[in-house]
Amino acid sequence: MMNKFFAAAVIISVICGIVTGNISAVAEAALNSCVEAVELFIYLIGGMCMWGGIMQIAEKSGVTEKVAVIFRPAAKLLFKNLDLDGTAFHAVCLNVTANILGLGNAATPLGIEAMRALEREEKANGIITDNMIIFILLNTSSLTLIPSTAASLRLKHGAQFPMDILTCVLVTSVLALLSGLIAAKALNCTSALSCGKLKEVTD
Amino acid sequence: MTDLIIPVFIALVILYGCLKKVKVFEEFTAGAKSNLRTGIEILPTLIAMLTAIGMFKASGAMDIIADFLSPITDFLGFPDECLPLAVIRPVSGSGALAVFESILEDVHPDSFAGRVASVILGSTETTFYTIALYCGATNIRKTRHTLVPALTADFAGFIFSVLTVRLFFS
Repeated sequence: MMNKFFAAAVIISVICGIVTGNISAVAEAALNSCVEAVELFIYLIGGMCMWGGIMQIAEKSGVTEKVAVIFRPAAKLLFKNLDLDGTAFHAVCLNVTANILGLGNAATPLGIEAMRALEREEKANGIITDNMIIFILLNTSSLTLIPSTAASLRLKHGAQFPMDILTCVLVTSVLALLSGLIAAKALNCTSALSCGKLKEVTD
Repeated sequence: MTDLIIPVFIALVILYGCLKKVKVFEEFTAGAKSNLRTGIEILPTLIAMLTAIGMFKASGAMDIIADFLSPITDFLGFPDECLPLAVIRPVSGSGALAVFESILEDVHPDSFAGRVASVILGSTETTFYTIALYCGATNIRKTRHTLVPALTADFAGFIFSVLTVRLFFS
């Protein structure tokens, strides 16, 4: 899928760029995006190291276990056969906490850590697991309680009560996440069979 | 509020570590080092994915998708002004912010379209970027149906933005 996505995006972009006359912008993007990627890396790496360090202390002292207890009931519904005492689930809990509090800079490094831990614990072997799909879904749908960015831009453009969208945002977030979860659970069930075959082949 | 959460959380973790006789400094640097290795491992993926996404964004393909979708969104009562936002939102966070700004310059934040745009921005995420980053950080090459529930959630988010704004503001 990564191969197809990469190839399709580049090829479609070049064709589209030529047709729409945006090819010079495409050329510029091709040359500059790698620099942006390194900038993003620099931007992320400090946080990754910092939160990796804090996470390690939290893990050794048992703080993560305490955070994980809060999420156990929800996790039992969402994840299938996930070791609720393992490092992966601890990282998942910290990532979800950071997301809910709107701490994007902390959530991303913890999310990367959670994905790698899930990969190890579930012996993913290059094929994404059902639990990883659910975890990604938790991150691609917004769990943030306070829409601070949207509110500050609304204020800037003269909204009377910038935060009056809060209820709408919360209801929409929850319903969007539920829709995604239903789709994920349904697809996880239907693909369980074919995936089982895939695993047999790789084993 | 967020100004308080992070420093207090860090201090509490370190304090608790000290109480539990954890060698906090050594553990911190060990954790940091292992994530530094992760970071270097994911850099090539970041370069590949961001180049592909950057080219796609610059090519004008988004506008074509928006045109293609407009009959469907008209049918659903989705405001035309918000269409570019819905198209760019799953692909680029900074792009979505720029589009959101330009929408608020055209329509008042307290208008219907302005509110729908605000709810979209507040209730959805940069789906493609997150999937690329998280799968890139691992050795996952077969992503199976990851994209389907993620995009279902985004689409549901757009629809429910319209419905909730209608429900709560009229």
